Amino acid sequence: METVKFTIDKKTIEVEKGTTVLNAAKKAGIDIPSLCYFSLDGMKIENKPGGCRVCVVEVEGRRNLAPACATEVTDGMVVRTNSMRVLNARRTVLELILSDHPFDCLVCAKSGNCELQSLAHRMGVREIPYQGAQSTYRKDTSPSIIRDVDKCIMCRRCEMMCNDVQTVGALSAINRGFMAVVAPAFEMNLEKSPCTYCGQCVAVCPTGALTEVDHTRDVISALADPTKTVIVQTAPAVRAALGEEFGLEPGTLVTGKMVTALRELGFDYVFDTDFAADLTIMEEGTELLDRLSRYLNGDKSIKLPILTSCCPAWVNFFEHNFPELKDVPSTARSPQQMFGSIAKSYFAKKLGIDRKDLVVVSIMPCLAKKYECQRDEFKVDGNPDVDFSISTRELANLIKLANIDFNSLPDGDFDHPLGESTGAGVIFGTTGGVIEAAVRTAYELHTKKPLPKITFEELRGLEGLRSATIDFDGLKLNIGIAHGLGNARKLLEDVRDGKSQFHAIEIMACPGGCIGGGGQPLHHGDASILRARQKAIYQEDANKPIRKSHENPYIIKLYEEFLGKPLSEKSHHLLHTHYFDKSTQIIVE
Amino acid sequence: MTQIKMHLLVCGGTGCRSSHSELVAKALNESLANHGLDAEAKVVSTGCFGFCEKGPIVKVVPDNTFYVQVNPDDAEEIVKEHVLKGRKVQRLLYLDPEKEKTVSDDRHMTFYKKQIRIALRNCGFIDPENIDEYIARDGYSALAKCLTEFTPQQVIDIIKKSGLRGRGGGGFPTGLKWEITSRVQADQKYVICNADEGDPGAFMDRSILEGDPHSVIEAMAINGYCTGASKGLVYIRAEYPLAIKRLQIAIDQARKYGLLGENIFGTGFNFDIELRYGAGAFVCGEETALIHSMEGKRGEPTFKPPFPSEHGYLGKPSNVNNVETYANVPVIILKGPEWFASIGTEKSKGTKVFALAGKVNNVGLIEVPMGITLREVIFEIGGGIKGGKEFKAVQTGGPSGGCLTARHLDTPIDYDNLLAAGSMMGSGGMIVMDEDDCMVSIAKFYLEFTVEESCGKCSPCRIGNKRLHEILEKICKGEGTMEDLEKLKNLSQVIKDTSLCGLGQTSPNPVLSTLENFWDEYVEHVVDKKCRAGVCKSLMKYTIDQEACVGCTACARACPVNAISGERKQPHTINQSICIKCGACMEKCKFNAVLLQ
Amino acid sequence: MSQIKSLDDLKKIKEAVQQKIQLREKSLDPEKVVQIKVGMATSGIASGAREVMAFLIEELEKRNIEAVVTQVGDMGYCYAEPTIEVTLPGKEPVVFGNVDTKKADEIIEKYIKNGELIDGILPANYHTI
Repeated sequence: METVKFTIDKKTIEVEKGTTVLNAAKKAGIDIPSLCYFSLDGMKIENKPGGCRVCVVEVEGRRNLAPACATEVTDGMVVRTNSMRVLNARRTVLELILSDHPFDCLVCAKSGNCELQSLAHRMGVREIPYQGAQSTYRKDTSPSIIRDVDKCIMCRRCEMMCNDVQTVGALSAINRGFMAVVAPAFEMNLEKSPCTYCGQCVAVCPTGALTEVDHTRDVISALADPTKTVIVQTAPAVRAALGEEFGLEPGTLVTGKMVTALRELGFDYVFDTDFAADLTIMEEGTELLDRLSRYLNGDKSIKLPILTSCCPAWVNFFEHNFPELKDVPSTARSPQQMFGSIAKSYFAKKLGIDRKDLVVVSIMPCLAKKYECQRDEFKVDGNPDVDFSISTRELANLIKLANIDFNSLPDGDFDHPLGESTGAGVIFGTTGGVIEAAVRTAYELHTKKPLPKITFEELRGLEGLRSATIDFDGLKLNIGIAHGLGNARKLLEDVRDGKSQFHAIEIMACPGGCIGGGGQPLHHGDASILRARQKAIYQEDANKPIRKSHENPYIIKLYEEFLGKPLSEKSHHLLHTHYFDKSTQIIVE
Repeated sequence: MTQIKMHLLVCGGTGCRSSHSELVAKALNESLANHGLDAEAKVVSTGCFGFCEKGPIVKVVPDNTFYVQVNPDDAEEIVKEHVLKGRKVQRLLYLDPEKEKTVSDDRHMTFYKKQIRIALRNCGFIDPENIDEYIARDGYSALAKCLTEFTPQQVIDIIKKSGLRGRGGGGFPTGLKWEITSRVQADQKYVICNADEGDPGAFMDRSILEGDPHSVIEAMAINGYCTGASKGLVYIRAEYPLAIKRLQIAIDQARKYGLLGENIFGTGFNFDIELRYGAGAFVCGEETALIHSMEGKRGEPTFKPPFPSEHGYLGKPSNVNNVETYANVPVIILKGPEWFASIGTEKSKGTKVFALAGKVNNVGLIEVPMGITLREVIFEIGGGIKGGKEFKAVQTGGPSGGCLTARHLDTPIDYDNLLAAGSMMGSGGMIVMDEDDCMVSIAKFYLEFTVEESCGKCSPCRIGNKRLHEILEKICKGEGTMEDLEKLKNLSQVIKDTSLCGLGQTSPNPVLSTLENFWDEYVEHVVDKKCRAGVCKSLMKYTIDQEACVGCTACARACPVNAISGERKQPHTINQSICIKCGACMEKCKFNAVLLQ
Repeated sequence: MSQIKSLDDLKKIKEAVQQKIQLREKSLDPEKVVQIKVGMATSGIASGAREVMAFLIEELEKRNIEAVVTQVGDMGYCYAEPTIEVTLPGKEPVVFGNVDTKKADEIIEKYIKNGELIDGILPANYHTI
């Protein structure tokens, strides 16, 4: 490792060559304030446009100040991070940014979690000397995301996420000078753009410019309505992150507290999306085996690889970008929608109530789920299978709103029948989890033998693109895994070009999978939080007595009582879907 | 065979064409044909002569007769008198305002006397659409010489030795830039010509491309040889249609001759050039923004390093130079670095092209040796201030330059002196101001430009310039405070200190230099609520001298908003709340009764 | 248009096209070459000035003498038209009267080439335009 020695605020330290002043300063225990800079260490995600100029420092021999985030340390460099010149410049720059920012912190969705607000607090700004016009734009509401770009500070993090990481290209900087802002092309509505609602823009936005559509009020109203039976399902990744909103260490599993809190909130039944995840495995795993055996038997109409379909942003992505491949992904609905569908048929029948009187709420780490549950194909006579999808963050707000002291809650258990799940359902929450769960079941269904070992380390990790070959007792199955839509695009292009060697591919839109979803507590660029959440998910799996979906007793019962068998006609009707070509949906008004 | 004994050079630059020089050329041709003289005299459409103030220009050679402001109707007389009978058309000659006599030979005109034309050597001399004329002027000999006699390093050494520095504004040593690009290893490199001239009122690069496109093509090829690039790209504003047309013609002609393409001069050297159009964003003159724009990305700068010489177009090493810089190169190769270095000052060699504009008598494009003083440029070449008014300031370096005053008049013009004086060389805009110009308004004007042209990427430039402009507006409206002046100072310093690219790092210069040189004027605006130049309307008040007014009603009739009332033959008054300060009353009053305060 | 494949090719083209702009080249610094002004007012034209001018241009080129031949208006020597004024580099102008092509030939050979003064010189009575 080549190193360089430099001096920062009179401390001399040695760092690896190529280190930026910002990162080198951290090693010296100096926390230079920054704003637009953003990175997820080890995940190849970095945003350093050098645009906000908050992190400027004085470098001896340099005419002007240097942005610490973009300036690499050189040998013998002398840096001052707190000289009068730096402090004045930094404060003035921040005052300028604030002068073009609405002063509605009190009612802003990001209040208390806003990086701009924290910075103003840290720097002790008490007045804005440079007042003047503010740049204002049209507010834009989509099914999942609200854009209030009056609050945009042009940090470009969302643009980086949307273009570099996700290759979606819905957001980019438009206009110039004072009116420059990040927006869809031609300042169209997000709904008219190729946006997949993955919510990664929201996840990285430092201010309130990008926020989720908030459904907490709808949920409260439903809970308050005596004519409605309100049930809730919680996605696997939620339990591994919700605790962060209450000051718990990242990676703290709060499944039991979450269940209790939901019950205290007044939900009539607290169920688990993990149950539906097990159901998904039954359908998708069977579909995989079916396709695979027909393919191996020479059926030319069968296309491989099979692609997972539980991530709604991913579904949006291929509908927009690869409509020619819409027959390739599994037709299995996502766990959220399988849950809704079963709840409003099987469970409503059990309760003896009309589906219209049953309200299904989902707690999701995801913003695309808000859009997904509004899709027309997931409605019966206009009544959606899932009524409201709220994010982990919204749930935390609800709990706080209801004066529930979360941390002191006793652990509770999910209700039956839709609350029982296996370890396989839990690991849906992380990248690699769905395919591992599928392999656990498919292996046993195919080989009719018990798994020699339950965990597949080769499928785990946080690498953006991973692959592994699993030996199905002689049948070697090539598995591909991608998280982040940019990585997915690479695999998709291979599939399109007929170059893919995979039999099955798992795709998650968000980096890290659902643990890094757009609806999760904000990680503010701390990748260790994602790792902790992933670890927690696998921990939950390990803790489960049953770890294979097909062994879930309530799943077995569901098939016995209601569905018959996987891929049955009823299953097709209730648990499968079809996809649309949205490539031409982008309309310039 | 009858010999061609005379050439009539008609300026075909954009300036003269907009006053119908094409029609002049056409009329001359028709008239020559009518008189049977078309075999004796030839009309040549050339590039810009620079003396745009008096365009359209027609120059007759070999007797060096310089006709100014020629109309198509004048063609017949020129042919009948001058071509046929050898009699110069006196009324079309340039009238030296000082000596009050006509000057026929441009070499004796003060406008040209102190100019040295290197970059503009062929402008106004050859037909830019004819490669043969360029070759006749030793064109492509420099490229031939480089390819056959020198190693790339030797050429780089020549450029280094000449002391040529970037003419786009930065003043970075050209040879050094070439050397850096040449040393980076890569499978593909690019030669880029920055023709995104964006300063208001500047047209140096346009004139070169319109008047002598081959010189730029040749220099780019030489650069390709030095740096190891086989591909050249010219980033040119789409608003320069004539320059684009001529450049494309020149590229096509060079390809036909094999001077672009493969195996040039049989040496195995390959080089070709493509045009890339810009939409005229000022910031795209910044090299990283320019490259992004060429790549189809948003035209905004990125932090340097990495410099384009390492990581440029499509991530490949790219040498970016400006048009004028390239135009100097072939001459340096042919005449030698010593010759070039003998012109200019210690650290700034050669000449610089300026677009001289504003309140001078001779507006136009000039090329002067480095080290010439502002006084010489303004009062000799520029012919002094229009209407005999008082010189007040000169703005150099375009919108990001500073305003210099009378005390800087004897400063020799070079990169370092201008910088030391609080301005900059820039790409060569030079705007002269007189006593009628309000310096606060001037600063405001330039800020308006930079606010408009900022890309918006970095906060100090995006928001800071807007705030500067707002404060200046406030001062011009008479609402400024002394605290605002302090804010201007601090904000300007911070914007300079923290902005991402050259645009923001220099945009406060007009504010800082006017604060420095015209502090009193700012204070007058703020404390006395007065604008001495009478530009800031909010600070002005028209009143009628009750003693002097005879009640003729002329002013009342002239007032477009009926702000003036009074009985006939009685003194009139102006209602200040209605008055829009247009000054129509003052113009109409024959008794000097309307006063401006 | 043939391709230029060597330095020699370029030189050849240069030589071939040089003549196109020679008039202009010479006008850049006419003091360095022989300057000849031909009186071309009505009286001059009538008495054959155009022919003399054409002859001079053609012959000077043939004889490899760098010269600028321009025409001027009435020189004021109507009695001796056609008249021409010859200025050798660094010398005072000399005016010749009654110049025909034969005389012009003599002027080239004797005065221009060798600086020999010959008959027909007129006293200067005007200022060079």
